[in-house]
Amino acid sequence: MDFSFTQEQKRLRQEVRDFLEDEVGRRLWKPSCDAWIQGHNPAFTKRVAQRGWIGLTWPREYGGHERSFLDRLIVTEEMLRYGAPAACHWFSDRQIGGSILSYGSEEQKREFLPKIVRGDIYVGLGMSEPESGSDLASLKMRATEEDEVYVVNGQKTWTSGASFINYVNLFARTDSDAPKHRGISEFIVPMDLPGISRIPMIDITGTEAWNDLFFDNVRVPKKYLIGQKNTGFYHVVEQLAYERGGMERLMGNYPLFDALVTFIKETKRNGRTLSQDTRIRHKLAQLQVEFEVGRLLMYKVAAVMDAGRPPTVEAAMSKSYATAFEQRLANTAMDILGPYGLLLGDSKFVPFEGLASHSYLASKGYSLQAGSREILKNIIATRGLGLPTS
Amino acid sequence: MNLALSEEQEMLKKAARDFLEERCPKSFVKLMEQDDRGYSPELWEEMAALGWTGLVFPEAYGGSGMSFLDLAVLSEEMGRACVPAPFFPTVVLAGLPIMNAGTDKQKGEYLPDIVSGKTIFSLALLEPELGHDPDAITVEATRDGNAYVISGSKLFVPYARVADYLLCVARTSRQQEGVTVLIVDATSPGIACTVLKTMAHDQLYEVVFDQVRVPRENVLGQPDQGWPLVQSIVQGANIAKCCEMVGNLQWVMEDTIAYAKDRKQFDRPIGSFQVIQHYCADMYTCVEGARLCAYQAAWMLSEGLACAKETALAKSWINEVSPRVLNLAHQIHGAMGVSMEHELHFYTTRARPVEVGYDQSSSYLEAIAQDMGLV
Repeated sequence: MDFSFTQEQKRLRQEVRDFLEDEVGRRLWKPSCDAWIQGHNPAFTKRVAQRGWIGLTWPREYGGHERSFLDRLIVTEEMLRYGAPAACHWFSDRQIGGSILSYGSEEQKREFLPKIVRGDIYVGLGMSEPESGSDLASLKMRATEEDEVYVVNGQKTWTSGASFINYVNLFARTDSDAPKHRGISEFIVPMDLPGISRIPMIDITGTEAWNDLFFDNVRVPKKYLIGQKNTGFYHVVEQLAYERGGMERLMGNYPLFDALVTFIKETKRNGRTLSQDTRIRHKLAQLQVEFEVGRLLMYKVAAVMDAGRPPTVEAAMSKSYATAFEQRLANTAMDILGPYGLLLGDSKFVPFEGLASHSYLASKGYSLQAGSREILKNIIATRGLGLPTS
Repeated sequence: MNLALSEEQEMLKKAARDFLEERCPKSFVKLMEQDDRGYSPELWEEMAALGWTGLVFPEAYGGSGMSFLDLAVLSEEMGRACVPAPFFPTVVLAGLPIMNAGTDKQKGEYLPDIVSGKTIFSLALLEPELGHDPDAITVEATRDGNAYVISGSKLFVPYARVADYLLCVARTSRQQEGVTVLIVDATSPGIACTVLKTMAHDQLYEVVFDQVRVPRENVLGQPDQGWPLVQSIVQGANIAKCCEMVGNLQWVMEDTIAYAKDRKQFDRPIGSFQVIQHYCADMYTCVEGARLCAYQAAWMLSEGLACAKETALAKSWINEVSPRVLNLAHQIHGAMGVSMEHELHFYTTRARPVEVGYDQSSSYLEAIAQDMGLV
């Protein structure tokens, strides 16, 4: 047992911090909550790529560095601490690259992975559909095999960054007679193919957070099928573990935590700083305890990945735990700020640029995206503890 | 970073579990709850023969020279089995401080007998008014020639009745931190022990000192400057207790899951209902968090690293989740869980959030707040 980091890992963390400090210092972007999913900044992604921090765990032959998932967690933890706009590469780096590595052909690995690593292409997710949320296996999008292509028809929803992405990682039904888990295939589809259109969706914070994607007779060359036909749902189960088990589930709104701690140290009410009020001080300490426990759960996920197992149960646990923490953080911030918490980012008198109101609203989605809390607890209970499904 | 136990630790864990499952069933725990001494000298001897009482002490004193982390592993298994024995007071509350702060003479005198299981120690720290700072120590030890004379009342002293020696924390100076830790022969004239009836019937005592004479050479550590030693005793005790509680909670979780799989209502196992599944998932998450933060603190102490923050983290979290896990366990067990026929009550009464009052939960939050710079 060893809870410490190696010298090399400490150096890596420091390098990432120095890089981000410099970026913030030069005002290249402003730290914000949810920047890992909403902060699309191609120039930033390019600079991160130049540092070699995309595809860190991947084989060298595809541009990776063959470092551990723990190392990757260190990088992402720092990105989140600074609220860095990493959305252009986040999904490919986290799960899509991994799926190509696990199931893709040699040709696909050579085509996509080096471009992702260099920050040249961005890949988004096409999983959910209007009628298929938690029950993803019921998805209806069709991909019909013809000579050289799959013809794709249907709708995807909740796709982030659709105005930026060059490719979408798509899951579509290729056999409608098979049981629902066994008729789905995975694709990586260029967004510039004829027949793809999108309608932006505005979320509760007023941000253009997602998109509906429509596929109308889109002819996808067969070379974009990932792995075997009809095995896509099994890929997705593994992918989702990677999607869930990352530090963004704990630190998506970390800039708010940071700002709140500073705020209570500096703000006086009734002649004393808020931090001198035991009730407020202990609320923040309680959040810190919950944060530290969440951090340990996240490191456990990385340890499981480094041991070569998909962290299905561990990721479900860490995400359901950590998103509840993020929500409590947002609620606590609103409580402490009082009426100031109501102010939006561009409002007069708004504290820390509206991080609190934004996060309070956005946090309602934290426990839904990438697996609702209920689905995650089902996974923990049935896969982790062996409880019966009926 | 490596979150797994070593092969040797896994072996220790397994050996401890096998031994305790055989030699310490709940029928035995129940028997010891009704026993005046609260432990069985035969089992104690066996534990000593297995090397448990000597686990962390240097080979020079007959011990195995293993680490605090190894002791943490053993503590977890003892918590799992609710072992009724004076192990924690002897080894953690007294043996470790003697090893860490004792003179060579004291170590030579006391440690070999702790290792062999011949002597039992305990710690007389808390007083009726409680409190977790040095002001709370009011029992006085006054100098009289080459001796100290202790008078006053200590509470919640584990296994005092069977202890051969007590470490007594007494006030010897008017300065705030002016306390001294004294090694007191428990057979000295003037010591009276009265058992306190606790919910776990687990041998906590009131110990009244009436003009008890202790030779000066029995000062452990520095006279009048014993507070840092007390803090280090409390820290080690808290971490070991956290690990013991992880063992408690692990058993509770496993037992509850087995029950949920087995118990049928509406023609199906209750564990197939999502609400029960989610309760179980919550328990599992609480216990995993408890395990990680308890072992993080144990590892740090074992490595000689400063771990006040990590200890406070573990204690805060475990104090909070222990009642939560037990409430869920009771909810899932239904009325059977509150019956003495079932074994759950052994844990409900032992996995207590405020263990022997070493500190209150709010004091750990305060430690965390200060670490965050919130003052």
